[in-house]
This record gives sequence, C-alpha cells and structure tokens, in this order.
Amino acid sequence: MPYSPLMVRPMREELTSIGFQELQTPADVDAWLAQKSGSALLVINSVCGCAAGSARPGIREALGGEVRPDRCATVFAGQDLEATARARAAFADIPPSSPSIALFKDGELVYFVPRHRIEGRSPEQVAEDLRGAFERFCAVAAR
Amino acid sequence: MGTFHQDRGELHGVTVVVEAADGELWVGRCDTCDGRGILLLDADLHKEGGEGGRSREEYLERAAAFGVWPRHPQVLIPPQRILSVRPLGSF
Repeated sequence: MPYSPLMVRPMREELTSIGFQELQTPADVDAWLAQKSGSALLVINSVCGCAAGSARPGIREALGGEVRPDRCATVFAGQDLEATARARAAFADIPPSSPSIALFKDGELVYFVPRHRIEGRSPEQVAEDLRGAFERFCAVAAR
Repeated sequence: MGTFHQDRGELHGVTVVVEAADGELWVGRCDTCDGRGILLLDADLHKEGGEGGRSREEYLERAAAFGVWPRHPQVLIPPQRILSVRPLGSF
C-alpha cells in the first residue's frame, strides 16, 4: 500500500527542489525518454530510509559539481506505479530496485547504480561515485 | 529523511547474500534477522547447476553489478541452514 502523499512529499521535494523533473505518468516518462540527445539522469526515488536516505543527499551533492547531466528526472517507486514501471522498461534487463539511479547518454543507458550499491554508504560516497560517472559521460556536454 | 525500522536489526533493509546448506545461495533484502533465522524479501535463489547453468561466481558477479530478480516475495531461512551472511554491496 502506498504511503501517504503528505509523508512522501518532502522526499519528492528533495529532488524537485534541485531541478529534477517529476515524471508521474507513463506519458511523462515517454516524453522525457524521447529526448535522446545529451546526458540524462533518472532517479527511481523511494521512501526507504536505509538507502534513499543516503541517495538523495548524495545526488544533491554530486549535482553541485561543475559537470552534471543535461537533464534530471525522477519517478517515485511505490507511489507513481505506472510511471515507475515505464521508466524501468527503459532498462528492462536490470532487476528492479529502489532507490536506483540511471544515467543515459544520447538515449543509451551508460551507468546504473542499483539499490545495494547505495545501502550502507554515506551520501558523500554516493556523490563520489556519481561525480565519477558525470566526469566520464557528461563532461563533453559541460564544455 | 525516509522510513526507518531500527527495531528490526542492523541488516534491515540491506540486500544480503546468504550462503545456506545444500549449496543454496540466496540473495534478497533482509527484513529481520533474529533467532528464527533471516527473513529475506524480494529474493532470488541460486543452486549450482541450476537455472541458466550459471556458476556461483557468474551468478554473484551479475548480482553484484545489477541486483537480482525478485522471484521469491519472501523466504525465511532458519539459523541451522545459514552458513554465512554478507551484504551484496561487499562483493
């Protein structure tokens, strides 16, 4: 059963307040994924404090650097069920987990962080990994 | 910020690899770990020579990179069958 929208709102706002586009319907997801050029970060958000509690601050910290993706969007697992399923279809070979983080380059998935790579790690560690991926895949777009 | 269940043990919410008796390898998200055993959610099971013919090493390599498919919504592994428990993130 989904959590109360009121309880979840602050967790959504941790990402939307730093420029993430929230995708709440399959149509939102389709439209966002249809933009193929450049780099794009998609976060599968989650209420789980065990992992999302590090993921969101880590993402925020990583995006504070000079090199960052051209576009950022998020779906909320367990809340926006259809949108999340549509987003996961973009990397259907990868088992579902949340939170998780997908980085696309020109429409291709180039980097993925599953939930178990976030669990037990600090926001700083999550940010460090993401910054490395941004340097590798987004640097051209930042010049 | 998030939901926490700190009364469920330090492994709660952590995706773990449970090496069990009879060559079983379970991977799933730990819900509770206590005297009854370890309760895994959204778990997968590997048995040597099992589905897909993947070796244990191949299976763990793939699991460590991407996670596992939730083929078992929940499974309780009793303590007498558990040989080791490690976070999947440590592989």
